[in-house]
Amino acid sequence: MNPVKLASLTTGQHGGGGLLVLCVLVPVAALLAIVLAGGRHGRAVTLAALPPGLLVAGLIATQVWKTGQAMVERVGGWAPPLGLMLRADGLSVLMLATTAILVAAVAFYAPRSFRVAAGGAETRASLVFWVMLMAIWASMNLVFVSSDLFNLYVALELIAFAAIPMVYLEGKKGTLLAGLRYLLYALMGSVLYLLGAALLYGRHGTMDITLLSGMAGMDWAVCLGVGLMTAGLMAKTALFPLHLWLPPAHAGATPAASALLSALVVKGSFFLVLRIWFDLLPPLTGTPGAQLVGALGAAAVLVGGVMAIRQDRLKLLIAYSTVAQIGYLFLIFPLAKGPAVATALSGGMFLAISHAFAKASMFMTAGLIAGAYGHDRIAGLRGVMRSMPVAGCAFLIAAFSLIGVPPTGGFAAKWRLISAAVESSQWGWAAVILCGGLLAGAYMFRAVSVFLTEAETPVADKPAGTRFREWLVLALACVSLWIGLFPEIPARLIEIGRPANGEVLP
Amino acid sequence: MNTTEWFGIAAALLIGLGLYGILTQPMLLRKIVSFNVLGSGVFLMFGVIARRGAAAGLTGDPVPHAFVITGIVVAFSASALAVTMALKLHEDTGESAFPEGEDATAPDNPDEDKA
Repeated sequence: MNPVKLASLTTGQHGGGGLLVLCVLVPVAALLAIVLAGGRHGRAVTLAALPPGLLVAGLIATQVWKTGQAMVERVGGWAPPLGLMLRADGLSVLMLATTAILVAAVAFYAPRSFRVAAGGAETRASLVFWVMLMAIWASMNLVFVSSDLFNLYVALELIAFAAIPMVYLEGKKGTLLAGLRYLLYALMGSVLYLLGAALLYGRHGTMDITLLSGMAGMDWAVCLGVGLMTAGLMAKTALFPLHLWLPPAHAGATPAASALLSALVVKGSFFLVLRIWFDLLPPLTGTPGAQLVGALGAAAVLVGGVMAIRQDRLKLLIAYSTVAQIGYLFLIFPLAKGPAVATALSGGMFLAISHAFAKASMFMTAGLIAGAYGHDRIAGLRGVMRSMPVAGCAFLIAAFSLIGVPPTGGFAAKWRLISAAVESSQWGWAAVILCGGLLAGAYMFRAVSVFLTEAETPVADKPAGTRFREWLVLALACVSLWIGLFPEIPARLIEIGRPANGEVLP
Repeated sequence: MNTTEWFGIAAALLIGLGLYGILTQPMLLRKIVSFNVLGSGVFLMFGVIARRGAAAGLTGDPVPHAFVITGIVVAFSASALAVTMALKLHEDTGESAFPEGEDATAPDNPDEDKA
């Protein structure tokens, strides 16, 4: 039992904790309203829910930022171990804000085929898309503010049930199979997670992360439980070698859905791994178990990069790039050792949010390009830069962020990861990060070099509404640039509400 | 060995069987059934934990029961979704298993975003 750490995890701001309930309730209310009103009003209800949702996320962020403390809410006044506690620290705030902005962007980007024309027949996709968009928003927010392992299990299942229908929304050939494979991986992952949580409950009689972090020692039941939970979450996050479901699912979905799945959904389960390894059992980072997780991450960086180079289709290339970027996220567990804990965590969070914006922008750009060209075979995408300069710029900025070119957010993240490798004297991981950057440069160059060549035949007219969406994707790409230009803001947020804050910093 | 420990061993066996089934069976329906076997093992494990954690005068800790009930609802919905998708797949393509030697094959036609 570490009283200092326990105190720093439980103390927090109690006023305004109702906002944490609201950040889940707003999208749920919108979801129910869409089901009642029908798909033809889906877009209107979603757009109406965006301002309150963004407002709640903004209020939580400003309050946490101003007070420098985590927000805490005991739902219904019941305290753990029986009651559920919601808690938003700096990490939660960053993810809540990222999610709110990306959901808003996806809602404005969503193609007209999901908007029902006045008097037209309602399509299944129009209902399902808006309902699932709100469901993903609600369940992601629930993951970010929950601090109870069982509540988190339910939130994870909700994410999976909301994300999987997005894969085969349009019923295109092959997408149903991709969705089924995704479902089976997700189910196996969540059962393993539940088994791990059961072992922790059996050992300590509570599911509350804060209480568990005060009690849990490194005995075999706890280690097995954490190992099972981590393995389950790896399947859901698509860490190599459990990544096989990701490329067909993410590449086959409609662009708005791909952006959401690749940028956000995989981060939900990753965030939970962070919570378990950094909050529940901090001595685990830097152990042989962490080295194994890191080795899988390194393999993901290299395999994902090589596979991305070999793809002929733009969306598959972007999907394999996600496999590689997920690998970086798992490098932080071996890196968070000794004096490098804070640097590694900060690098992981920077990568999570800058990848979220860059990848969302890139998938949506790929959707615009495919819409104008009628296909997404890389070899046939000549002249994109001339015919769609704004979208081309967005792709370029997002590519720079994924490669890690300064001054993008991707660079800020990799800089922190490499610093952590230096601080903890583990040079091998730094070499993996640099190799991954070279591979990313190679696969992005493949796409961009084709975009820059002159087209033999002029491109047909762009579909209506493309111009607005081109600026939208450029704005998203610029957010990932902004993260790199002003890293102080996320860097300060990440430290708010951390246990033993300041003690582990050099 | 007392009864609780036998149930613990049964739970471990069910979990092992279910995991083996999910990983090795190519047929979709068998994978779904395996998932349910695996889930049953985990729920039984919760029962064992409830029995072991029983306080004085009680036959079991009631909290794991609440977990199991929620877990059963989730597993039921998941199975329903999986079976529906498998049926739809069979209806569309006649397939009832994952194709051999597939992996990372994406849907054929690229995305036309009909704006």
